[in-house]
Amino acid sequence: MKKRITLFLLVAGLTAGLIFAQAKPAKVIAIKGARIVPVVGDDIETGTIIIKDGKIEAVGRDVAIPAGAEVVEAKGLTAYPGMIDSYSFLGLQEISGVNETVDTRETGRINPQVRAIEALRYDSMHIPITLANGITAALVAPSGGLISGQSTLIKLYGWTNREMSIKASAAMQIEFPALRGGRGGFGGGMGRSGGAGAADATRLIAELKELFNKARSYDKRKAFAAKIQTVGLPGFDETSEFLLPVIKGDLPVMISVHSDRDIKAALAFVSDEKLKAVFYGVEQGWKAAEELKAANIPVIIGSTYDMPPVWEDGYDQLYRNPVLLNKAGVKIAFSSSSASVAWNLPYHAAKAAAFGLDKREALKAVTIYPAEIFGVDKMMGSLERGKAANIVLSDGDILETRTNIKKVYVDGRDCDLSNKYTELLEKYKKK
Amino acid sequence: MSARFMRFWSAALILAAVSLPAFSAGGSLLIKNGTLLTVTKGVIAKGDILVLDGLIKQIGPNIQAPPGVTVIDAAGKYVIPGIIDSHTHIALNGTNEGSEAITPEADVGAVVNADDTAILTALSGGVTMVHTMHGSANPIGGPNVVLKMKWGKPSEELVVNEALRTLKFALGENVKQSSRTILPGGPPPRYPQTRMGTNAIIRREMLKARVYMEEWDRYNKFKASKTPPKLLIPPRKDLRMEVLADLLRGKMVARCHDYQATEALEFMGLAKEFGFKIQALEHAWEAYKIADELAAAKIGISVFADSWAYKMEAAEGIAYDAGYCAKKGVLVSINSDSAERIRRLFNDAGKTMKFGGLNETEALSLVTFNPAIQLGVDKIVGSLEVGKQGDIAIFNEHPMSAYTRCDMTIIEGDVYFDRAQYLKEREEAAKQAQAPKKGGRP
Repeated sequence: MKKRITLFLLVAGLTAGLIFAQAKPAKVIAIKGARIVPVVGDDIETGTIIIKDGKIEAVGRDVAIPAGAEVVEAKGLTAYPGMIDSYSFLGLQEISGVNETVDTRETGRINPQVRAIEALRYDSMHIPITLANGITAALVAPSGGLISGQSTLIKLYGWTNREMSIKASAAMQIEFPALRGGRGGFGGGMGRSGGAGAADATRLIAELKELFNKARSYDKRKAFAAKIQTVGLPGFDETSEFLLPVIKGDLPVMISVHSDRDIKAALAFVSDEKLKAVFYGVEQGWKAAEELKAANIPVIIGSTYDMPPVWEDGYDQLYRNPVLLNKAGVKIAFSSSSASVAWNLPYHAAKAAAFGLDKREALKAVTIYPAEIFGVDKMMGSLERGKAANIVLSDGDILETRTNIKKVYVDGRDCDLSNKYTELLEKYKKK
Repeated sequence: MSARFMRFWSAALILAAVSLPAFSAGGSLLIKNGTLLTVTKGVIAKGDILVLDGLIKQIGPNIQAPPGVTVIDAAGKYVIPGIIDSHTHIALNGTNEGSEAITPEADVGAVVNADDTAILTALSGGVTMVHTMHGSANPIGGPNVVLKMKWGKPSEELVVNEALRTLKFALGENVKQSSRTILPGGPPPRYPQTRMGTNAIIRREMLKARVYMEEWDRYNKFKASKTPPKLLIPPRKDLRMEVLADLLRGKMVARCHDYQATEALEFMGLAKEFGFKIQALEHAWEAYKIADELAAAKIGISVFADSWAYKMEAAEGIAYDAGYCAKKGVLVSINSDSAERIRRLFNDAGKTMKFGGLNETEALSLVTFNPAIQLGVDKIVGSLEVGKQGDIAIFNEHPMSAYTRCDMTIIEGDVYFDRAQYLKEREEAAKQAQAPKKGGRP
């Protein structure tokens, strides 16, 4: 008897499971009546977006809503693609001054083996705050040393680090010396130390070249040993091993580089080494804009919440650098360069717009341009058929501070936008 | 006027600004056809402001320029009162006398540095006045000073004497030296090392100051009496106690660096116990937790918009803090505490529209009128009103928009920052740099 009951329960359970699975058809969501800014293509004054299986099925003015679709009335709201933060410490840093919560920087100088994805704190308090401001993906980068490690490209919604991964390894992070006079921080005015970079960069490039050459011969020896049985494998070399995807062109390098002299030196380096490269920081990029354009190197702009590193470049230099790069035809993308205020990403773009960047270009530089730079533009960065349904519904211009984000979809999932800010606010509202 | 400022920025003429003649006693100019955000008297969609000899003489439509008065065209632009930073440390030769825990005699007013380039940075963001403060190393730091950003003038001409006298206090991690490593053989840890000790040391000093004040009051009473005692010896003068006695007498007000709600409440308790006034709590990242208590005690806060999570005690600093407290009736200002953030205070104020739902005027107040009240200068600056000083900033877009930019900063009718002029000079400097050099050595 007991056995029968158990069997019955088991069968019932399985059936219920099956029914449950079957009763959940491919979810279709229709966002209706929104103003649509697809970023790629013209704006649609009033239109509909159909989401199916987490992807954008249709976008347009006269799109038929399939029967059974969940309809989201979005009249008065504007639909944008989710923004992409092109350089952040999200998930690697909780409280910057508390070392126990900081995983951004490994000790030593040459660390191609470390990977941001493997330390990514997926339930970081900063991620939901960032998501709630319409940012749906971010590059998370290790920093420090000469080769800092491998950055990762993540979506900002998910239950584990691996679930959030878009590209587990997005780039090999390389850092040239910062051009830092003073950060204009607590109390201080601004110093000047313009020249720090050049000599250092030459030496560092020589060092990098040696590492890359070593990795190449390591690779050759491995290939040789694989072919000819009598030839032994080279002794395991960690640095060479983890530089292999870079020298083979499978993994781009992202070089933090700042002064115009260093930028030019870095351009020569990536050209010599035939590397796929993206530059980050590039504060004096406007002085090497033509060279950057000619080499077709995209640039990720650092935080505008900083002082110009070289006083003589002008007070507005960090604001106009992206303007001049864009004008020269260099592909740019903005970044928060932060964890705790990564949600300020759109305001960095707006700041450049205040100093002359076309507003539409500013928007592209937080959506489609970063998608192109990271090679994920087939998947995201605009509201187009076939792309992941990373959609933001706002009550205004997404780059404006006063604008409120009403809904965020990541892969078609209607995200919970509660976060540490809102939770604490709600808690103390009840007081 | 502005040209001097601009020259400083130009690469070729970096040092030209060092020796400048003094400005006039107050300038005159007429700003035409701007959208005037007066802060206290509403928005005037298209209006003029006449500043004569440093003071706002007239606000309204169609004002004619008196002979010789420069006219500034502000058509399509936004004209606002000069931005006031309620908490900075710029323009000082020294900030923290951290060798001892109690240093009320260490007055930053004595070390004003009018050559600090942070003044230019401030001007480029529309800032005309700052409250520049002693640091937060000590439970009782020192007196602070209010300055106008009059680049090129000697330090004494920057000081705003009308402002309240304020004394810096500090609580929490900085004071208890949380981030300091005690090395073997190095100096021993300084008392206090806990929040208990911090409160206790402030209470101790207040008790001492009370005795000191009473001794002097008694002495002065005897001295002033018709038949003073024959052997009347004055009490020993103590420069530390002098400052604290002024606080207890209400001649100064406290500005206290704090983060956590508990330490804020306890400091408020001390103020009540000893009868001194807290003008504002600084940073106050947990003010939203005690907004009702702050409003009831009429204690203001001077906070960041969103810079948080940089240390443990800032881990619950939510971006709603400023806006939520303002809605609860707390007098809120947004400060920079930084020689960089100072140039984007308007951006930070704008964030309270999103977090806290403030309207444009309320948000703008956080960096204009509210800090003016906190510094006791709301009768002379902080809004665009006839009779007030002509401290004005002009923006290309609404200052609460993320797309805005400061185009001009004026103090008492003198232009100290003019972006158009700056761009012109930059272009000329670039041209000169490219032109072939004549003469000189081969």
